[in-house]
Amino acid sequence: MYKRVLQVLVLVVAGSLVYGCSKNTKEDASSTEQGLSPEELAAQTQGTAESQGLEGGAVNEGMGTDLTGTVGSDRIIYFDYDSSEVREEFRPIVAAAVSHLGANPAAVVSLEGHTDERGSREYNLALGERRAQAVQRQMVLLGASATQIRTMSYGEERPRDPGHDEAAYGQNRRVEVAY
Amino acid sequence: MQPNRTVMSLLLCGLALLLGTPQPLRAQEEISIDITQGADNPLPIAVVPFRSAGALPEDVAAVISADLRRSGRFDTMTTDRMPSQPASLQEIDFPAWKSLGMENVVVGTVTPSANGYNVEFTLVDVFKGQKLYAFRGATSVANLRYTAHQIADIIYEQLTGEKGAFATRIAYVTVRGSGAGRKVYTLQVSDSDGYNPHTLLESPAEIFSPAWSPDGRQIAYASLEARTSAVYVQDIATGQRRAVAKGQGINSAPDFSPDGTKLALRRSVDGNPEIYVLYLDSGLFQRLTNDPAIDTEPTWSPDGQRIAFTSDRAGGPQIYEVSLFNPTAKRITFNLGPYNARPRYSADGKYLAMVNGGSGGYRIGVLNLRDGGFRIVSDSSQAESPSFAPNGTMLLYSTTGSGGTELAAVSVDGRVRQRIDLPGGAQVREPAWGPFRR
Repeated sequence: MYKRVLQVLVLVVAGSLVYGCSKNTKEDASSTEQGLSPEELAAQTQGTAESQGLEGGAVNEGMGTDLTGTVGSDRIIYFDYDSSEVREEFRPIVAAAVSHLGANPAAVVSLEGHTDERGSREYNLALGERRAQAVQRQMVLLGASATQIRTMSYGEERPRDPGHDEAAYGQNRRVEVAY
Repeated sequence: MQPNRTVMSLLLCGLALLLGTPQPLRAQEEISIDITQGADNPLPIAVVPFRSAGALPEDVAAVISADLRRSGRFDTMTTDRMPSQPASLQEIDFPAWKSLGMENVVVGTVTPSANGYNVEFTLVDVFKGQKLYAFRGATSVANLRYTAHQIADIIYEQLTGEKGAFATRIAYVTVRGSGAGRKVYTLQVSDSDGYNPHTLLESPAEIFSPAWSPDGRQIAYASLEARTSAVYVQDIATGQRRAVAKGQGINSAPDFSPDGTKLALRRSVDGNPEIYVLYLDSGLFQRLTNDPAIDTEPTWSPDGQRIAFTSDRAGGPQIYEVSLFNPTAKRITFNLGPYNARPRYSADGKYLAMVNGGSGGYRIGVLNLRDGGFRIVSDSSQAESPSFAPNGTMLLYSTTGSGGTELAAVSVDGRVRQRIDLPGGAQVREPAWGPFRR
């Protein structure tokens, strides 16, 4: 069973110092990754010194290919500008997710919050987070167990519509209810 | 100024500087910097090509000239307009330069040495007919371009009275590709003019909010690679990094304290985003805010006593400030429109830059904290991530152009603007201007 493909990156420390960087490369020898599981190391770090090696790591197939964009429109809740209020018309989507969890005690619903591209990136990351949490609260109020719900935010990073107009922004201010 | 003494001390200091920072040289694609708006009365200056016996890997005078020009403060003369190409004070034909209205001339030589080059230059006041400054130093082949930036800094300081920030570095995030799972994010560090880019991190997951340590050796950033956002601190030279804030909720928006011992950041360990201070030695967190609103984008005041941040506790996002010793948040932005976010202090504490949003879009605004004056300095409607140069004269930010997000720079008074096109067609975002190099 290969649901997860692990690809070990073998890293080679380059040879000789070309530009006399020994002072720099010796530093921080002790500050290696600590306590991170292999799944978390899809990113590859590098230094600017010539004679340094990359750290080993693994790539897992889910990385960067989350369910964003894969849920049907019947599982997307849209929001007003700078708002995290779940509008009445989307309550059926929330209720359906709650029913799903009730019928499947081992199931998990993932709530991914998103924003449009306007404004500050970090503020949008928080706004997407708050939208996902607002949906989570609705679900809990309807009887879902919080332990079956995961929330995350991608801020403005993963738009549904790449456009730069109000129609696109409306598509992008959303929570995707993935299950 | 006492020229002789200054030259001597600079010679020593220059040697240390020039030898201190290795930077590999590599072939570069063209980086274009368009000055879209210049200062009112730029100072005329001619940087004459430095004389050299053989071909050099860098055109030192061209690098200096480009630095001075993009500051917007100088009107640099092109080589074809120069009456001659002297390499020393003695060779300058003063009447010829005077007749062209040229006030300042820079002449110099680059001589091969055992370990690289000896570089010598003189800054000359044409009208007074005397040297303002002379400098001699040794550099390696790899550092020749960096040396040119250092010379530009010296000239800039001599003629404007302000410290130059050309021999500094910047960090930024690039994105290539489109669609979930097909994007590639990188964290880059380059010279302040975009040359010598180095990839510090390459990842299929989002990278956010790079921030420099005050000694210029480390970059903190947030990454979604562990499926939720964690904050990392990475050594620039070695590439070694460690996760300093991860786990429950989102950890993001790091900013180093001025003394480098702490990070301000935002975490949502209890569900709601709050501002924390992380003591890097002990790994202990101190929570500074406790409010059901969004609190994010913390940044240190230059004295290390206060932290400004974005909060929507009054409805829309506005800038607030807390002290490390008094958690009562004080609002800073009043009557500046419905959207003010992502604050950054200038090094002298006089200005606070931010993203200012309203009916006209999102622009970079600069608030004078002493007199309350507020100025919009960017012309873009989608400007983000302002970052001050360490000398406080310029701001770097990202903006949305025809090809996507790109970098732009503007003087703090809004008078000098430029667009920086990096090669490769990537989206460029979240620039962070590094500290002065030591």
